[in-house]
Amino acid sequence: MSYTILEKKQIAPQVHLMKVLAPDVAKAAKAGQFIILRIDETSERIPLTIADFDADEGYVTIIFQEMGKTTKQLAQMTDRDVLLDFVGPLGKPADVRKLGTVILVGGGVGIAPVYPQVKAYRDAGNKVISVIGARNKDLLILEDEMQAASDELYIATDDGSKGHHGFVTDVAKKILDSGEKIARIVVIGPPILMKVAAGMTAPYGVETIVSLNPIMIDGTGMCGGCRVSVGGETKFACVDGPEFDAHKVDFNLLMSRLGLYRPEEAQCQENHQCTCRSGN
Amino acid sequence: MAARQAMPHQDAKERTRNFDEVALGYTEEQAIAEASRCLECRNPKCVQGCPVEIDIPGFIAQMKAGDFDEAIATIKLTNSLPAVCGRVCPQEVQCEELCVLAKKGEPVAIGRLERFCADHERKKGVAAPVRAQSTGKRVAVVGAGPASLTAAADLAKEGHAVTMFEALHDTGGVLTYGIPEFRLPKSIVRDEVEYIKQLGVDVKVDYIIGKIKTLEELKNDFDAVFLGTGAGLPKFMGIEGENLNGVYSANEFLTRVNLMKAYRFPDYSTPIKRGKHVIVVGGGNVAMDAARSALRLGAEEVSIVYRRGEDELPARKEEVENAKEEGIIFRLLTNPVRILQGDNMTVKGVECIRMELGEPDESGRRSPVPKAGSEHVIDADIVIIAIGTSPNPMILSGSDGLKVSPRGTIVVDESAKTSIGNVCAGGDAVTGAATVISAMGAGKLAAQTINDYLRNN
Repeated sequence: MSYTILEKKQIAPQVHLMKVLAPDVAKAAKAGQFIILRIDETSERIPLTIADFDADEGYVTIIFQEMGKTTKQLAQMTDRDVLLDFVGPLGKPADVRKLGTVILVGGGVGIAPVYPQVKAYRDAGNKVISVIGARNKDLLILEDEMQAASDELYIATDDGSKGHHGFVTDVAKKILDSGEKIARIVVIGPPILMKVAAGMTAPYGVETIVSLNPIMIDGTGMCGGCRVSVGGETKFACVDGPEFDAHKVDFNLLMSRLGLYRPEEAQCQENHQCTCRSGN
Repeated sequence: MAARQAMPHQDAKERTRNFDEVALGYTEEQAIAEASRCLECRNPKCVQGCPVEIDIPGFIAQMKAGDFDEAIATIKLTNSLPAVCGRVCPQEVQCEELCVLAKKGEPVAIGRLERFCADHERKKGVAAPVRAQSTGKRVAVVGAGPASLTAAADLAKEGHAVTMFEALHDTGGVLTYGIPEFRLPKSIVRDEVEYIKQLGVDVKVDYIIGKIKTLEELKNDFDAVFLGTGAGLPKFMGIEGENLNGVYSANEFLTRVNLMKAYRFPDYSTPIKRGKHVIVVGGGNVAMDAARSALRLGAEEVSIVYRRGEDELPARKEEVENAKEEGIIFRLLTNPVRILQGDNMTVKGVECIRMELGEPDESGRRSPVPKAGSEHVIDADIVIIAIGTSPNPMILSGSDGLKVSPRGTIVVDESAKTSIGNVCAGGDAVTGAATVISAMGAGKLAAQTINDYLRNN
């Protein structure tokens, strides 16, 4: 099998959107699920959350940030290039029901997986208040789409270049303090953001859901590399998640496990750059 | 009686520095000499020990006459994966155990002879099979491991249109992700799969049944379904420190090494932690594979920690010997109690306790009992847990009515039928982790059942 890239565009510095032709995955996909892709024979398998999907057109949208060798290599691909593998949909779909008013928080590229959830929660009859944030306004993605899909949209930037000067969690806290009855908060973004958000919402007793992104290989429960500790129990994020109760997640463990291959990643990238240079 | 022909091996020192195959295979002369040891018993017991009932005396007689082409044809009548079985089957507890010569200590090396025939054919290039006439019936095979490959081949030979669905990006199941190159070269698995494709089997990789399609949908789309989804869910011990960085399931460790070729990092992008002091917990073939892989990745010291004794090691004797030759340390009657934490949530060591063997348990093996006060710490920076696997529950989503045991295995009757009409199952998904050949036997039985069903419906 090969999976054609129908469209690829850069949507922020080092952040890219890709529509990939994968009819079977597109047909079965639901908000909250993810895919695993492999570029070519020597690539690693990397998990990416589904940012959008179109069953009729048969494509799945992914959004990724250039981080290591594989995402950098992915960023260099373009329309009509093909990916060797594109497996999914993986993980449990988000538990979307009619609850009332829901806050959906997306940080950085975490806005991408929040987007299909915004649509799903709204379709289920909820009032959706979205809060999105990034380090600065240039890094903010999907603003128009989020605006269109949400009942209310708030923006926060670390440097104050747009919206609230500060963090998405500040904005979410204000909404909680306003007294509006909030049934659930969903937070997706860097682990540190999700950790802070979990700490922030705990005193309010509002159900808080996070989507975890640990290192994994197969995504079907086989390797156990994605194990996370939730409420003191070991869970596999790929099959038990990726969504969990934020108040029960051991974020320190998650963050330490995410850093496991940093030395190897650095080595791999160095090697990759060497190859690129020699090719020039 | 002539002595059993020794298997030529790659030198022990040399081989710990590469992933090339360890056992090199017989020469033609050795193969004929070994085949000539067969007594041609009037009532051959060896066949009874073979889950796929290969005509063992038949193919050995052909080998004696030097007719290797006929010999492989005989084997292939019942076994679609001879190059695999000749390498990884536990012959010593199957065909070879029942060989009359075994009583004198040295049975005919049936497995090595099977391997020779398969390799001989591979060297010449395997002829494309003649496709059977189509029956117009369609069968879905879920999974691409030994049970599924066997079922798919047998069903295709009957003329049914077989579609095989595999969740990973490559076929072979445990043969590909689990068994290392040095014990089973991937090119062999690939060739065997190629042969099955030439029989007409349509292989879809990257395709997850239970997600893209439910079992319910699958059984509506096809005339019959075979589930060979294996036992891929790794077990952990539930001890302190098991989630620390540097603790791997054997599945993850071996998948990184075998499927993703992490031993060739950074040419291949998948990383793996190369430990100095590695501890592998468990005593089966998977534990041996993990330990020997860790050594080849450059570890200074690799230990097997196993709670029972030498006689109880579930691994094949040959693999235990190979591991010992390579310098793997066996810490027997020893069991981990907790994993100790070093800097940055990494592994520093493993606290173990010594065990003694008490009364036999339900498995018939004497159960290990901890010796109070014998706790001790073994230094380690990598710990690999190889204590077994259980069936993967993913297939179960959207498969109401499929009867499953409390252990998570799929329940089947004696003809491999599940609780759902046109659905059969076999292999590790039914038995829990077992051997390649028993999975193949189950695949064969299921194919027969499905074939009968399709002929009558």
